[in-house]
Amino acid sequence: MTSPEIYSSTIPLYAVLVSLIAAPLIMLSSRHAILREFWTLAASIIKFSLVFMLLPGALAGRIAAFTFWEISPGISLALKADQFGVFFALIASGLWILTSIYSIGYVRGLKERKQTRYFASFAVCLSATIGVAFAANLLTFVFFYEILTIATYPLVIHKETKIAISAGRKYLVYTLTAGALLIAATAWTYRIAGTLDFRAGGLFGDASFSPAAITALFLLFIGGVGVKAAVMPLHSWLPAAMVAPTPVSALLHAVAVVKSGVFGVVRVVGFVFGPALMHQFGLNIFLATVAGVTIILASLLAFQQDNLKQRLAYSTVGHLSYIVLGAALLSPASLTGGLLHIANHATMKITLFFCAGAIYVRHHKEKISELDGIGRVMPWTMGAFTVGAVGLAGIPPISGFVSKWQLGLGSLQAGEALPLAILVLSGLLNAGYFAPIIYRAFLKTPPVPYEHGEASYAMVIPLLITALLSLLLGLNPDLFFHFYRLAAAVSGSILGGIVP
Amino acid sequence: MLHNSPALVPLLLLSTAISIPVLAIKKAKVAYPLAMAASLLSVVISCYNVFRVWGNGPLTYHFGGWFPPIGIEYVLDPLSSFIAVVVNVVAFFVLWHSSGIQGREIPGKSVPYYALTLLFLCGANGIIVTGDLFNLYVFLEIFSLSMYGLIGIGEKQAPVAAFRYLIMGTIGASFYLLGLGFLYIVTGSLNMADVRNILPLVYGNPAVAAALSFMVIGMGIKMAIFPLHGWLPDAYTYAPSTSSALIAPIGTKVAAYVIIRVLFFVFGVKFVSQSLPITDLIAWLAAIGILYGSVLAMAQKELKRMLAYSSIAQIGYIGLGIGLANPLGYIGAVLHILNHAFMKGTLFLVAANLRKRFGHSDISRFDASYRKKLPWSMAAFTLAALSMIGLPPTAGFFSKWYLALGAIDKGNWVFLAVILISSLLNAVYFFRILEKVYLAPPPAPAAGENLSPDGEKRKGSLIGEEEYSLMMPVVILSFSLLLIGLWNANIVKEVIQRIIPLGM
Repeated sequence: MTSPEIYSSTIPLYAVLVSLIAAPLIMLSSRHAILREFWTLAASIIKFSLVFMLLPGALAGRIAAFTFWEISPGISLALKADQFGVFFALIASGLWILTSIYSIGYVRGLKERKQTRYFASFAVCLSATIGVAFAANLLTFVFFYEILTIATYPLVIHKETKIAISAGRKYLVYTLTAGALLIAATAWTYRIAGTLDFRAGGLFGDASFSPAAITALFLLFIGGVGVKAAVMPLHSWLPAAMVAPTPVSALLHAVAVVKSGVFGVVRVVGFVFGPALMHQFGLNIFLATVAGVTIILASLLAFQQDNLKQRLAYSTVGHLSYIVLGAALLSPASLTGGLLHIANHATMKITLFFCAGAIYVRHHKEKISELDGIGRVMPWTMGAFTVGAVGLAGIPPISGFVSKWQLGLGSLQAGEALPLAILVLSGLLNAGYFAPIIYRAFLKTPPVPYEHGEASYAMVIPLLITALLSLLLGLNPDLFFHFYRLAAAVSGSILGGIVP
Repeated sequence: MLHNSPALVPLLLLSTAISIPVLAIKKAKVAYPLAMAASLLSVVISCYNVFRVWGNGPLTYHFGGWFPPIGIEYVLDPLSSFIAVVVNVVAFFVLWHSSGIQGREIPGKSVPYYALTLLFLCGANGIIVTGDLFNLYVFLEIFSLSMYGLIGIGEKQAPVAAFRYLIMGTIGASFYLLGLGFLYIVTGSLNMADVRNILPLVYGNPAVAAALSFMVIGMGIKMAIFPLHGWLPDAYTYAPSTSSALIAPIGTKVAAYVIIRVLFFVFGVKFVSQSLPITDLIAWLAAIGILYGSVLAMAQKELKRMLAYSSIAQIGYIGLGIGLANPLGYIGAVLHILNHAFMKGTLFLVAANLRKRFGHSDISRFDASYRKKLPWSMAAFTLAALSMIGLPPTAGFFSKWYLALGAIDKGNWVFLAVILISSLLNAVYFFRILEKVYLAPPPAPAAGENLSPDGEKRKGSLIGEEEYSLMMPVVILSFSLLLIGLWNANIVKEVIQRIIPLGM
């Protein structure tokens, strides 16, 4: 692979700005539900198209970059749509379209209040997420990362109940603390390296450090990005944040926000420290241990949850650490698998959340113990749920299998058997906590007959699409978006030290 | 006339301050337009000065044609011209805002209020622009005396608070004068540049160390650096809101400027950080003050009092930046003078709006109806609060950023931790308010839903807030926080970095 060519383009800029411009438009149309929804949908479609336009270039090694201006002497606010950025931006913006349609069905079905704030915050969140994806340097990353924190807050407290407000507080305490650590880490990095530009294979060059200093710096970074990535023990804001409306949990707390966290982990591991430093100071072992423990503990904790969304949240915690584990193992297949899991987990988990939301809107049921026989009245929904759950357990032919296979392969490439064992065990645990739901839904008889059937089309169609995507991406990971090629290219650039 | 521009602003303000009581004998109404005109003119001139300095380098002006060190010299370098713009711009917005608020806060006292305000600004501009240590003292007295007055015309407890500040402020000024006396005995000069050249010859003299300590303690009181902050909370709380909004952004900043000037441009970086490590002392006190102020701010039930304690913490940021005595800390300190002036200006003006609208600024009584009645003010408050917490892309983030870089440069992890912890404490006490303003259900059943937090239209009125003069300054000030944040590199490179003190 040759060194990629960087060209100046405004597309990354527009991709970030589209939804930021939509936010005030949404606010101005606060009295017209249709108009408000139109802006949301229009923004999401334009955003996705813009990101999609960057895909061919990224695949061919042509990277679009846009530099705003200097934001601190020597550091620019800059966007760069490299392969990893396009990869993540594709997932986030693509699923935003589906989530927007779903959201419309959801808020109408529940007659939610404060829809304007809801849609506007959502739009800002997506801008920030794309900003995180395209950030060309650490300071730009911190910028959008913090904006994402604040923009998500109104969505977490959306219901404005006591529980929601206290969840919001918890969320802020965790994420703002993380932000502070990240700023410290960024400042320190700048001091050592004199640059903050992400570079595949590490940005430190031949700077020298003491082991204590680099470990401390790494811990600061992991504290900073680990909160959003929900690695234990920094995860407990995520189950609490499930109090938010389901589309928020679906897109933000299964895709955009938490994936920004793991995206950050990969950026830190692959583009700040780089494999050489990670190995030299044993940082990869530390990270892998944290991830491994998180995978097992989160899966065990998921068993205890009777609330469906809570169970999904703990499942998310576990699966996010798959990705972290993939990054920590630093072998070609493990990185590819970890990155693929960003995409695969996104489509699968968003399906499950969409299902949980559909059940809640139509039947007002949140607990797993109340779902006896619901598959009979909601066959499509629960069918999609099954696809997602089977995929998360890593059973072929759903996409979860592909990423897990790569991860397993990667752990062998790295010469470690323990991660493989963890993955297998976690697959069993996943099957263990999802099976009872599917069993209840399809095989038990309902105590009282359900009064309603499926939720509205606006909700069912998106969840069918995501379930179908999970299946198709399992059959051919390169379908439509070339996720596999992108992931392999990113993995190659990190490990090969090819400078984009 | 243009070559006189360094001296123009103080003289203009002084002459208007004196003419206001005379011209307003018959018609009290003329006081406001006169003050506004003078303030606007001072903004224009000081901006013009910045550009002149930017293009041609430092400007000097010799009073009466007497050359220094005999005569008094005014010096506009990038630092002083910059601080002068900050002071005059914030003052302009506060004065604009005062037209709507003075009827409630200081009924019947508008003439003395405007006269005192201009006198206060004259003092501030004089302190900033003078190149003479004794002339600085003279302006300091003008500045302080008018500040006592501005505080004293407030509510019932205000005279007590003003008296307390009078005592402490006078002690501070005396310390400064004492230090100045020592310095004069040793060097025989009062001109800053001259003293600076003479000092290296007499560094060993204990009188120089004494002079430095006295001057720093004196200005430390004025700046309210921990533990010399005792006068501040009461003064800010009981002063009329419009005075607090003027004093909080300007009063302590001018003292901070004097400390920067005296430490780095008169005594010299090497002397204050190595021979007599007074900057270390300042940095540690500032760090304690940051935590102390933030913690006490969390405990306050009254908005203005909370903002006062928060000011103590924020002054600590500036103190910390000074104390780091390295270029990045210095950038952080000077930038924070600007940022904090805009943030605290906004916050105190919103407190004033709340008091005007609801008759109190008692945090426990805030609820969601407040933002429906004052959507723009509360949006401005939110933006300023986010900046106080230090979230990008607001200005506050960058103060934090440069200070963090400075702390790392110095290798002091405690300071880094303090800066970051303080931003979290800021988050605690500001989100406590934001939660109430946006989420707490009003006691009476409130009609009208579907209002977004960012200030949407109310039925009937386009803007949602009736009084433009109360709303616009707040909105403009807080919006500038975004602009300052996004373009801070220009300020840093074109202004602050042009005059990094020698030896840093």
